[in-house]
Amino acid sequence: MNTPSFKQVTIRNLWSENQILIQVLGICSTLAVTNNLINTSIMALGVVFTTGFSNLTISSIKTLIPRKVRMITQVLIIAFYVIVVDLVLRAFLPSVSRALGPYVGLIITNCIIMGRAEAFAQNQPPLISFWDGVTAGAGYMAVLLVVAFIRELLGFGSLYGFRVMPQGFPTWTIMLMAPSAFFILGIVIWIAKSAMGRKKKA
Amino acid sequence: MNAPALSPIVLLFAAVFTSNILLSNFLGMCSFISISGNIKSSNGLGIAVILVMTISSAINWFIDRFIMLPLGLGFLSFIVFIMVIAATVQILEMVIERISPALYMALGIFLPLITVNCAILGVVLFIQIRHYTFLQALLFGFGSGVGWWLAILALAAIRAKVDKSPVPSGLKGPGITLITIGLMAMAFLGFSGMLAVQ
Repeated sequence: MNTPSFKQVTIRNLWSENQILIQVLGICSTLAVTNNLINTSIMALGVVFTTGFSNLTISSIKTLIPRKVRMITQVLIIAFYVIVVDLVLRAFLPSVSRALGPYVGLIITNCIIMGRAEAFAQNQPPLISFWDGVTAGAGYMAVLLVVAFIRELLGFGSLYGFRVMPQGFPTWTIMLMAPSAFFILGIVIWIAKSAMGRKKKA
Repeated sequence: MNAPALSPIVLLFAAVFTSNILLSNFLGMCSFISISGNIKSSNGLGIAVILVMTISSAINWFIDRFIMLPLGLGFLSFIVFIMVIAATVQILEMVIERISPALYMALGIFLPLITVNCAILGVVLFIQIRHYTFLQALLFGFGSGVGWWLAILALAAIRAKVDKSPVPSGLKGPGITLITIGLMAMAFLGFSGMLAVQ
């Protein structure tokens, strides 16, 4: 398999094959915290960190892993990095760690991380794999930040906890509840896909 | 830390309806979206999820209570839980193959998918964080599985209709599916007045 360049990987992961917009992967663990920009950013950074480093590790030791047990090995490597994220959050940001609850642990089963390990790190050199993991995580983060931006702005009238809407702005309670995350993500995917379709035709 | 004072039966209904693992906690979305195009496979995967979720929540409860807590190994829980789930899936696959080849043919391809289903690990972690008693954990696991099965069957049935309707081209596929799930989640919100269990 040819090794793509850093630039190709970046464009592909951030836009043309964005993990959420095109493949709808990995939204399980993070959609639940998108009613708040701070939690979303921290969760998404955790995903970026885990995807990047697990890709780097898997790619570095790929010749040592027997093919039969590679899935379970990958899960163990991913779990290791997620434990690092969890311990760091507990030590330095205990309030955020409590608010995120079980969702930090659920990064392990985030399909994006397994997907990148299987599809990319398994047969590419380490450095480009690391970059692939980081950009795939960044593309994921970008979409979730858009969702969280809309939900926090309309649901609480604030951004990152700061009030931006004028006093007396009627907050949309629906934005704080589960259904709105589905609606907004659906609409974001709709807009992005239409934009991509137009570019292809031109 | 004490277990919340909830009757396990109340918890069962809460897990199926008011705090449905999929529609209010967003867990298990990946396979949910990719499988729900077909009613038959949705049913098979749903039943497999109920089985694995019930068994692995029971096993993990014992491991957490009698091995991890006394030894102070809490920080290892993610690795241990995911290994137990993977092992459960593997053993279940072998047992079903032996006992009922017909069921194995129906469930076979779905079982490996379940290891990476976020809903299973999610339920196990919820049980750990909320300090449920054994009976509560068992019924919560079972109820969450039933809730997942119910949601995927309902979505598969709706999608069979949606696929035949004219939808704007950009919205086709995942877009309209997500909006459908949103409407379903709103419908399930209607149950939330009955019980308040977090």
